[in-house]
Amino acid sequence: MNLQTHLEKDEMTSSLTPSTPLQPRKRAILVGASTGLGAALAKKLARHGWTLALLSRRSAVLADLCAGLNADGVTRALAYEHDVMNYAEVPALLKRIVADLGGLDLFIFNSGINLPPGLEKMNATDDIQMIATNLSGAIAWLAPVGDLMKESKSGMIVGISSVAGDRGRIANPGYNTSKAGMTTYLEALRNRLTRHGVHVLTVKPGFIATDMLRSSAGPKPFTITPERAADDIYKAILKRKQTFYTHPIWKWIMLAIQHVPSVIFRRLSF
Amino acid sequence: MTKFSTLENFGHSLRVQSYLIQPRSADEIYEAFRLAKRDGLTVTARGAGRSYNDAAMNGGGLVLDLSAMNQISEWDPATGQVRCEAGVTLRQLWQRVLPDGWWPPVVSGTMTTTLGGCLAANIHGKNNFRMGTIGEHVTAFTAILPTGAEVTCTPKKNADLFYAMIGGYGMLGVFTSISLQMKRMHSGLLEVHAWPTRTLAEQLQSLEDGAPKFDYIVGWLDCITVGHGQIHAANYLHEGEDPDAQKTMQLDYQSLPSRMFGVMPKSLLHFFMSPFMNNFGTWGVNTAKYIASLRRHVFRQSHAAFHFLLDYVPSWELSYGRAGLIQYQSFLPKETALQAWTEILTLAKKRGLPSYLGVTKRHRPDKFLLTHAVDGFSLAMDFKITDANRTRLHQLTQEFDRIVLDAGGRFYFAKNSETTAETARAFYGEETVERFKRLKKRCDPNGLLESDLYRRIFVS
Repeated sequence: MNLQTHLEKDEMTSSLTPSTPLQPRKRAILVGASTGLGAALAKKLARHGWTLALLSRRSAVLADLCAGLNADGVTRALAYEHDVMNYAEVPALLKRIVADLGGLDLFIFNSGINLPPGLEKMNATDDIQMIATNLSGAIAWLAPVGDLMKESKSGMIVGISSVAGDRGRIANPGYNTSKAGMTTYLEALRNRLTRHGVHVLTVKPGFIATDMLRSSAGPKPFTITPERAADDIYKAILKRKQTFYTHPIWKWIMLAIQHVPSVIFRRLSF
Repeated sequence: MTKFSTLENFGHSLRVQSYLIQPRSADEIYEAFRLAKRDGLTVTARGAGRSYNDAAMNGGGLVLDLSAMNQISEWDPATGQVRCEAGVTLRQLWQRVLPDGWWPPVVSGTMTTTLGGCLAANIHGKNNFRMGTIGEHVTAFTAILPTGAEVTCTPKKNADLFYAMIGGYGMLGVFTSISLQMKRMHSGLLEVHAWPTRTLAEQLQSLEDGAPKFDYIVGWLDCITVGHGQIHAANYLHEGEDPDAQKTMQLDYQSLPSRMFGVMPKSLLHFFMSPFMNNFGTWGVNTAKYIASLRRHVFRQSHAAFHFLLDYVPSWELSYGRAGLIQYQSFLPKETALQAWTEILTLAKKRGLPSYLGVTKRHRPDKFLLTHAVDGFSLAMDFKITDANRTRLHQLTQEFDRIVLDAGGRFYFAKNSETTAETARAFYGEETVERFKRLKKRCDPNGLLESDLYRRIFVS
């Protein structure tokens, strides 16, 4: 659970710099923060004065990241070890984190795995695993966070979905489905929450140069660095966009792909 | 039932979510403490939320909204003794006692504050030099501690808690019942004297010289010209001086007009004020105000109109715009006040960040543990926050803090929002802070009562 459990509660809260009218510190939860885009987002938010709760199942990597963000003696990030498949612990953990952070302005769900099955045989185990992590894991957080923000009539939810959710392709049915599900869930959440003053942003990254990308085969056009993606996403957050592609050209590519008729699409090799 | 709610301070400069609970009895307050302990949350009591800073805020924690505990339990028009629940507002109180010929001895600039909040901050009024703080008129109070214990304190019984919980910003316990002595009135009117002052020195001299002659005295200071100002001083009317005393003490007579020139609703006024909330606009307004104040005059004014200036323009705080305002108030001994404030006002002007409203008062020291009072003066300044000036304004407040500390001054935590723990420790003194922490340990061994203010000035 919490990496700081060995600390007294007093020491923990005291470590966060107080938010004052002239030095406001917004608070964000970032699930799936240890590497890749998550780590880049954490660094970006910390640089802009946010106070962060970073969650990942890889506690050692997470601890290193936090140590880096807090290196100058100002506590910007708190670390929490959490496996997104541990759905049951989410409500209590959420309450705990909101108390530690002293409020909640932004929630980002970034956890995800990609296990492409190859073209020969389907792999139900891996597909189900992806649904359990990418989709059910997201829902386990998005639902209670959505309820909390609805009550307080404030806050913003960001879901890192994927361009992969825009069409079902031959290469990766499980991943496509998990991200399509996430995109739809986020849309529904947006429709439920906008009227309560809560904003929902769906981010659809294309290729980002991370470990996840290295595991998948094929050409990778318009690959961007996680830092570039994090910069773009931060801008989209400030602009309160609803759906945002990064690299932005994917907006047009996916618009085209979405309109490829099935009679052609089912014969393509990607 | 808790509700995750976004709460704001009076200056609209902080906005944070907390689990809000509205208890209706001491039992329900204790229930909230138990809930907080179970969930590992901290608890803050909140009255009307009229602090300019983080005194009634508790981000991510539990906030007890005491506004439902608002019964005036006992009122004795013969002796002027009143007993109230903590959520009773000053508005409820004066409206109850004035028709019987009494008035609260100390009131804040707005009547929307609750008595619980007034005691927690140990508020002062424009008569601090004469009547002290509100705590000096409390004859007894009952509070519930986080342990569930109920304590009754008077200046004699549990005196250490009496002098620490009043002015203790709700960090030791939650007031449930408050007994106060009202002041006898012979009219619903005050005799107000107004005269201009040309310099800060003249203004402080006027406060000093005027204090022995008046029941109330307050100064308006134009912080843009640094020096122009106006004094309003008021006296109670003695028996027989108001031929219509019975009439003027009725509520009809006291009501603040809700419309300007009989037509425009004052609730819209803040929209028309906001275009002037910049250096140039305020210079214009202040200059016009000063010119108007050049005429010395004496007039009679109702209690409500004289005291509750902040209620005269409803939602005036909104005129400061989206990012809100901070109030910076410093209390300085009379020997050092002029020099330190001259330095402060000059510095603010030099930085291009002048205050848009300055208010001066005369003060006297008191016996409360976390007292803000001095034998001297206070200057409260409102500053507009913008996204562009935040960092510079913060820097400026830190420079102010240094000047005030060097001049032997103090701060008041219903107001100042940028004071650090280090500064607080410096002016309270090591011994006072340690004494307060020992009491805290005794009243609240599990550290349940914490506000954002507490974490800012006592922990971090």
